[in-house]
Amino acid sequence: MTTQEWKFTAKDIAAKPDLFLSGHRACAGCAPVSVLRLVMKATRGPTIVTQATGCMEIVGSIYPYTSWALPWLHTAFENAAANASGIDAAIKIMRKKGKIKDEYVDVIAIAGDGGTLDIGLQALSGAVERGHDFLFVLYDNEGYMNTGIQRSSSTPIGASTTTSPAGSVIPGKLEKKKPITEIMLAHEMEYVATATPYYWKDLITKVRKGLEVEGPAFLHVFAPCPRGWRSDPAKSMEYSKLSVETCVFPIWEAVNGKRQLSTPSKVISLAPQKKKPVKAYLEGQGRFRHLFTPQNAHIIEEIQRSTDERWEKLLQKCASGAT
Amino acid sequence: MSNKEKTWKEISIAGVPPKSSIGFLTGDWKTYMPIRDLEKCTICLTCVMLCPEGAIAFLPEKNKIQIDLGFCKGCGICANECPTKAITMKMPEEEE
Repeated sequence: MTTQEWKFTAKDIAAKPDLFLSGHRACAGCAPVSVLRLVMKATRGPTIVTQATGCMEIVGSIYPYTSWALPWLHTAFENAAANASGIDAAIKIMRKKGKIKDEYVDVIAIAGDGGTLDIGLQALSGAVERGHDFLFVLYDNEGYMNTGIQRSSSTPIGASTTTSPAGSVIPGKLEKKKPITEIMLAHEMEYVATATPYYWKDLITKVRKGLEVEGPAFLHVFAPCPRGWRSDPAKSMEYSKLSVETCVFPIWEAVNGKRQLSTPSKVISLAPQKKKPVKAYLEGQGRFRHLFTPQNAHIIEEIQRSTDERWEKLLQKCASGAT
Repeated sequence: MSNKEKTWKEISIAGVPPKSSIGFLTGDWKTYMPIRDLEKCTICLTCVMLCPEGAIAFLPEKNKIQIDLGFCKGCGICANECPTKAITMKMPEEEE
């Protein structure tokens, strides 16, 4: 990683041409698309993108249209990271043969929570272990939204999906969310971070840092989905902000395993009275609507308790510098 | 099988979408359209960054913001996030 930090202003970013173009077919109010646009604003030169199957792969490549203004590759659901390792290996050999003269060619693999936490986990783990130079961006909309809102291992406890429907038998999903960043940190990666599109400056900075790392980097981006969460499209970014303010999704970065809270989460750690109750985040989301009934009130308490517990653990980890 | 069919060596190695989606206008999806109050707008660029469609462009040479209704799907994120509340969502007929 270079020691000099990339400095930019909002005007620089706004004036930079989009590499993920308008005219894609995502739902109105789709936050993952904002994530893609912002990720692409952080590129530093020649870049190759590979995607796993998922919403963001579909909306940008409906035949005969493509929304990508750069080389883009998709093969199957499980192998975004395997594609990235192939591209990285190809770049290395072409550089050896003198066919690539650029100082660096960046590889970005983008996948949803299904393509990362469930189906693509072994390919990702393998690519990281082999030490390929790529940035893996996980846009986490907490379910298989593209195929009809099925549960994934990223769906939080209590959420109603079509395969964990809330009713008289179960009150939404019963299992906890898989701690993917902890799994990636256990691979002893040089750069692991979490981000959310509302804090776009933070997101862009983290993408650039991830690209500058020589070796694999992992970025977990929280991206509200108005269709799957059954929320108001206009409030996608508000939920992205609330997820940080309620500590449901704290944002931090770990360079060489040393964890550090990013500014919006740091503010809450320094002024705990600013931390909002999880109810503020759950309210208005149709997937949590059933929790606001007397018989399910204990689930909200449980979500609050586990959120506080995770937040306390994170604060301890940041303070001790351990992963 | 006719002899004219291409063999695996001749077909392209992957499916290639040949057109840019810039030619596919999504503006007719919307119900409400964003109306910007030029007096309230401070050009903070929040809407430019958060718009999922890339429908709000910043013109650096004029220091202006332009909303492209040809792509705007009318989600209302810009109106919800605008710090000065300069953007409101209205039905097209209300505008006249």
